[in-house]
Amino acid sequence: MEPVVHLTDVVAVVGGFPVLAGASLVVAQGEIVLLQGPNGAGKTSLLRLCAGLLPVERGTALVLGQDLAVDRTAVRRHVGLLGHANGLYADLTVRDNIRFWGATVGATAAETTGAMERLGLAARLADVKVARLSAGQRRRTALACLVARRASLWLLDEPHAGLDAAGRDELDATLREAAAAGATVMVASHELERAGNLATRVVEVVGGQIRRVA
Amino acid sequence: MNTLGVARLVAAKDLRIEWRSRVVTNQVLPFAALVMVMFAFALDSTSALTRVAPGLVWLATMFSLLVLVQRAFSVETADGALDALQIAGVHPGGIFLGKALALAAQLAILETVLLGAAVVLYQTKVQAGGVVLLVVTFVAATCGLAFVGTLYGGLAAGAKGRETLLPLLMLPVVAPVLIGATRATEAALGTNDATPGEGWPWIGLLALFAVVFGAGGTLAFGSLIDE
Repeated sequence: MEPVVHLTDVVAVVGGFPVLAGASLVVAQGEIVLLQGPNGAGKTSLLRLCAGLLPVERGTALVLGQDLAVDRTAVRRHVGLLGHANGLYADLTVRDNIRFWGATVGATAAETTGAMERLGLAARLADVKVARLSAGQRRRTALACLVARRASLWLLDEPHAGLDAAGRDELDATLREAAAAGATVMVASHELERAGNLATRVVEVVGGQIRRVA
Repeated sequence: MNTLGVARLVAAKDLRIEWRSRVVTNQVLPFAALVMVMFAFALDSTSALTRVAPGLVWLATMFSLLVLVQRAFSVETADGALDALQIAGVHPGGIFLGKALALAAQLAILETVLLGAAVVLYQTKVQAGGVVLLVVTFVAATCGLAFVGTLYGGLAAGAKGRETLLPLLMLPVVAPVLIGATRATEAALGTNDATPGEGWPWIGLLALFAVVFGAGGTLAFGSLIDE
């Protein structure tokens, strides 16, 4: 089967600085890959490149069969990225946000409700404005948006940040469920123990390169 | 989802945000009304105010437009939603049209209030013979301002110091709308003995402006908001 992510000697430059300096990585469908490494190693850049947000300067980057050097927009609708920001509208309710992001891929009302229920948001928080939520509740809302978007490739940057123990368990269960359903998950995290237990494979990113694959 | 579907989705989302936050009604409208009152204090002559009322209405609209555009894009950048919209893979032209549509709806309300303020504060009279020209002027100018506002709002969204950059970029570009809309409104209201017939050539300028920036924005918006 064709890999979901296939990077070969990829170089990406932001503001004249090479954030990826010859990264090579292959990720198969259904894997949960943990990206670990020091701050500034290139983990976030790797995720953004796979999401089609960073241009490929050199090398070959195939994501979901699309060559990002040729067209990095085609892959985007199949990718869900949860970065440091949540991508939520503070003045809208939890339900409004999930409905909006689900609608971008044609999700039905039942799928939107299902995403809220999956993340424990349907009962008490559905009609609460995002501005009034705690950091952890916002993170869960952002995850529910990803679920509603039915992404094939989930890219998560420090997804456990701000979540309480129950929220972390829900997140892990959601990611395992997504992977079991055929989605591919890449997680950048400093929480090695928790993320390590979740991952099916651990990859070390150092200096914009993939140094070690365990 | 096609471009028009995206536009409807984004416009509905932006208008819902405004409905829930009430920023336009609680902040922008009072700001615009305050500008009109300050003009009245500054000029302090009813005859002078009546003579320059069309220009003051459109100047107050321009100032308020800056606030509306800043607001329209601050909700997108505050928590990375603009990035998320790009990743959602929706057509950027649809995002542009949707945001412009929502901005135009807010501008239409604002302009109606400003015209009402001009009637009350400056004793401006709306003549029956100029109503059609007045409505067409407001529609054409609103479209042009909404398109330019969205285009330059998107351009400045990712820039450092965008709050100060936006007026610098946008005000010179909207100068033709200020001139055209003011002249056409003068003709519609009969200001300085102008007749409605004198206003129609300015409508051509306003329509051309709206078409150029509408088409240009739909095509270029994706590149503007991309890294």
